[in-house]
Amino acid sequence: MKNFLFLYRADFSLAAQRSPEEMQANTKKWMDWIGGIAAQNKLADRGNRLEQTGMVIRPNNVVTDGPFTEIKETLGGYTVIQANSLEEAAELAKGCPVLAVGGNVEIREISVL
Amino acid sequence: MMEEKELLPHLFRTEYSKITAVLCKLLGFEHLDIAEDIASETFLSASELWGLKGLPENPAAWLYTVAKNKAKNHLKHRAVFQQKVSVQLSQAATSEVPEIDLSVQNIKDSQLQMMFAVCHPAISIESQIGLALRVLCGFGIEEIADAFLTSKDTINKRLLRAKEKLREENIAIAFPDAAQIPGRLEAVLRTLYLLFNEGYFSASHDHSLRKDLCLEAMRLTFLLTENEATDTPAVNALIALMSFQASRFEARTDDSGDTVLYDDQDTSLWDEDLVQQGQFFLNKASEGTTASKYHFEAGIAYWHTIKTDTREKWENILQLYNHLLTVEYSPIAALNRTYALSRANGKEVALQEAKKLSLNDHYQYHLLLGELYTGIDNRSACSALERALALSHSSADKKIISQKIQQLTGND
Repeated sequence: MKNFLFLYRADFSLAAQRSPEEMQANTKKWMDWIGGIAAQNKLADRGNRLEQTGMVIRPNNVVTDGPFTEIKETLGGYTVIQANSLEEAAELAKGCPVLAVGGNVEIREISVL
Repeated sequence: MMEEKELLPHLFRTEYSKITAVLCKLLGFEHLDIAEDIASETFLSASELWGLKGLPENPAAWLYTVAKNKAKNHLKHRAVFQQKVSVQLSQAATSEVPEIDLSVQNIKDSQLQMMFAVCHPAISIESQIGLALRVLCGFGIEEIADAFLTSKDTINKRLLRAKEKLREENIAIAFPDAAQIPGRLEAVLRTLYLLFNEGYFSASHDHSLRKDLCLEAMRLTFLLTENEATDTPAVNALIALMSFQASRFEARTDDSGDTVLYDDQDTSLWDEDLVQQGQFFLNKASEGTTASKYHFEAGIAYWHTIKTDTREKWENILQLYNHLLTVEYSPIAALNRTYALSRANGKEVALQEAKKLSLNDHYQYHLLLGELYTGIDNRSACSALERALALSHSSADKKIISQKIQQLTGND
């Protein structure tokens, strides 16, 4: 088994406009999806959400503040899953709720140091 | 008033472990056998004398006095022996026999400390449970063997090895350091959780023995809530879980000892007091900021105490299973989660997820498939149940599965 990092990207500024009911329905979708992966014993680390505020540090003390309005898709969270292959990991990612709102899942195999 | 014949076994169950814990703490863990011998001899004296002279006014106090005297005698003999053998250690000659403290507080402390000693990660989990049953619950070797569905010989060997191992490791009967408590407490909780499950889910047909296992696990967990250092949210969540589960104890088996499934249970047999006790401890458990796996399991057990089937009930159970699985995977949690999914999101969705589980070796997996296929594809349901029947071991399970098959084929 190898570990793969799932990175969720979408236009999360839309999320802030949701009603409480919509937010609850969205949480359920995510938990049902993660629960399904965990039920297959393929969840390594449920990961976390990422706040939409942040900073980017570049050479020569160049600091840019978030939110990163110049890009439509921002990183919203991550999860670590276990799978035998990149193909299997991709299969697991196909049910991710982020896809339903026009976002995407980037899958990267973790190379253990 | 309890009959004389019942009183002694009852006292043995409640007092043997107290006397053993206090004496063992006094003598040191390496002398656990001596502590057990003194406790056993005390009960032997009681059975001989009480039969002749009648019951003493306060039987428990009588037992404590006799145990104290026997322990004092043992310590005197040991002191004399040590003096004679090691004459050069003359300053140790005036050894005084220490006070033997059988007060309520010292009994509780000794039992708690004993719990930490017995639930030590140096020995296997089976040994921890066995030793806890023997030393902390006063169970006989035969009862322990029955509970584990194994022989007395196996249990004797297992306990002997465990005691040796704990002696080698120099385990002290003392509270762990404050910094070590969280880790050690986790091990204690795991043992108590499994001790309860051993009683609740055991294949043993001895109904009262199984109930005793559950009650003892609850008593020991309750002891932890009485001490400030160990009264943590996880401990409260565990006792809440046990209370909710135990509330259905009487409803789970019928008069002939057969299992009664949740949906078929006579809810008037559910113990409302235990449900309320569970709610009390679950509220206390929510005071912290951390959620252990016991919190999620207690939440699931709480929803099962609610008789009316609603969408809300199954939605909550599903989400709690989702959370539980992200904390700790187990095949049973995965199967139960998929069942909850079928009740909350529908059978078709659950069937898709069930097919991804790769738990083909578990009869419960095929039982679940049988349930999910029923009404959608009864032929597949039937073959799944046949597979479950072939894989199941206990006669109780086989009986229930056969009934399901009959119901299904009868309906066609």
